[in-house]
Amino acid sequence: MDVLTLLGQLLNTTLVFSTALIFAALGGIFSERSGVVNIGLEGLMMFGAFAAAVGGYYAQDAGFGAWAPWVGVICAIVVGALGSLIHAVASITFKADQTISGTVINFLAAGSTLYMVKLLFEGSGETPLLAGFSKYKVPLLSDIPIIGEGIFSSYPTTYLAIVLVIVIYFVLFKTPFGLRLRAVGEHPSAADTLGVNVNKMRYIGVILSGMLAGIGGATITLTTTSTFAHNTISGQGFIAIAAMIFGKWNPVGAFGAAVFFGFSQAIRNYVQLFEWSKNIPQEFIFMIPYVLTIIVLVSAVGRSSAPKALGQPYDPGKR
Amino acid sequence: MQRFKKIFATDVYIVPLVAILLGFLVGAIVMIVGGYNPIEAYSALFQRVFGSPYDFGEAIREMTPLMLTGLAVAFAFRSGLFNIGADGQVIIGMTAASVIGIKFAGLPMFIVVPLSVIAAGLFGGLYAGIAGYLKAKRGINEVITTIMLNWIALFLSNYIVRTFLLLPGQNRSEDIPASLSMTFLNSLFDNARLHWGTFIALGAATFFYIFLWKSKQGYEMRAVGLNPHAAEYAGMNVGRNVIKAMFISGVFAGLAGAGEVLGVFHYQSIFAASPGYGFDGIAVALLGLTHPLGVILAAILYGTLTYGSAGMSFGADVPPELIRIVIGSIIFFIAAQGIVRWVLKPFYFKRKKEKVL
Repeated sequence: MDVLTLLGQLLNTTLVFSTALIFAALGGIFSERSGVVNIGLEGLMMFGAFAAAVGGYYAQDAGFGAWAPWVGVICAIVVGALGSLIHAVASITFKADQTISGTVINFLAAGSTLYMVKLLFEGSGETPLLAGFSKYKVPLLSDIPIIGEGIFSSYPTTYLAIVLVIVIYFVLFKTPFGLRLRAVGEHPSAADTLGVNVNKMRYIGVILSGMLAGIGGATITLTTTSTFAHNTISGQGFIAIAAMIFGKWNPVGAFGAAVFFGFSQAIRNYVQLFEWSKNIPQEFIFMIPYVLTIIVLVSAVGRSSAPKALGQPYDPGKR
Repeated sequence: MQRFKKIFATDVYIVPLVAILLGFLVGAIVMIVGGYNPIEAYSALFQRVFGSPYDFGEAIREMTPLMLTGLAVAFAFRSGLFNIGADGQVIIGMTAASVIGIKFAGLPMFIVVPLSVIAAGLFGGLYAGIAGYLKAKRGINEVITTIMLNWIALFLSNYIVRTFLLLPGQNRSEDIPASLSMTFLNSLFDNARLHWGTFIALGAATFFYIFLWKSKQGYEMRAVGLNPHAAEYAGMNVGRNVIKAMFISGVFAGLAGAGEVLGVFHYQSIFAASPGYGFDGIAVALLGLTHPLGVILAAILYGTLTYGSAGMSFGADVPPELIRIVIGSIIFFIAAQGIVRWVLKPFYFKRKKEKVL
């Protein structure tokens, strides 16, 4: 195989793996920028993956054709938002420990999604196979060498993810809404004094994170696995948290980190094509992304800059 | 009697109990919505656990690693750290115990067994210590490093088992001669896989309590957990305490690994995916309100529920995943105590009136 197509394919696979992580990490940013820790991204992705698999399947049955996967995405957004609402009510209204209520989401998601799959599909452990999204070639642009194959022949969700990175960057840093959201995460009492409704902003942040993580989960069922089972989401949510921290709670940074994780996932499939890789135990190749992350963190990033009020419930009476 | 009443009437006991009841209630509602009979299901669950000596012994076997991983996560919590990496530390502990248990099998057993248990604890601790060190010296969030270290541990131990300990043609290590099994209990519990790890876990809980609340070092650790800035101002070395706390947390998790390979399986498998010990540990630590006694009780509850869930699907045809909904709801109600207090409000008002009279 010639090098150009190989590079193009590598780039394409990288984007397939990173898309779900980008969505979930963006979700995490909304929640954590508003001051609410979201360890529940994993569970929210599970909710999304499940809803997309079920919604997409029934839409396919009802004759939505090529639009069926989009119905799946919408279901994922709704279910993700509902799931995150549990987190919001517990941690914002009832001032529960945010880490704990995020863990609750992970538990409830793992239990309830599989429970419902078994209920809906007569005891089967996974949903029926879906058609899912197919790759869309952007006219003209997809003829460019390397990036034509690599970027402009991707799944529609990948394009959506890239657009969202830019939109969310703009929203967070260039609009009054974004300023308020960040203020609530940095110094809630100051924001409150200026008339910002702290709890409302936090609810919005958490629910947006549920929606985005839901789309993230949906991408996995609709582009990679075509079905939802107990192992469809296995750690991607935590990797997305890592990408968010790695990207310093910035959409563009998180995008970079997510692509980095996607790349190291992809490269392990390609390294095995080469003869010299036979001399390296496969386990060490599998380890690459995780070791690399730690090395990069040690050497480059240094102290991470979390939002100041992250993890603290807002109590107006407290100084 | 009056004193007894006073102890059990405090929030600390009532709120978790009500939370557990509410959790079961949520589970029952979910079952009714799904068209199952909750009474049948719950009685099948408890019947499974308490029905035969074998199952009761196996339920204790199920609780043992939960106690230790729960203690691991709880200990880190008390020092202000979130150890998501108990999973990796358990795996490293397993691997250390397997290596010593197989490679030093020539030595007398009363040396090999303690040696492999100690190795499991030590390596689990050192492995967690990496995350502690990076946090203390480089300020790298321990959540991200422990997540990465979980995956690294998985692949590293698979490599070690595959290259040095493999039983030819199988996806697991050769049998480990060193054993923690309590074989003298076999007749009593019908060959359930009981092992000394349970006592190691109880010992660890005792150590946890004495160290954290009765020693100077433990006092420092709690101070760092509550407010690192104040602790530093008071002259405590925050970094050292962070590393030490992660180390001890990892020792607990590593010991859980030793119990699993030396007491239960007697070999180590090559894992296709994360075995999930650490995530159960997080739930147990939270259920137990990060107190050692609470963690032990929580592990008993959690172990009963997960072990019994198999009986639930067998006896009442309810998907065993339901039990995760129950556990999740219990943790939810414990975390959001406001909801429980709100449920209890009518009773509270009554009590207050009595006091006035």
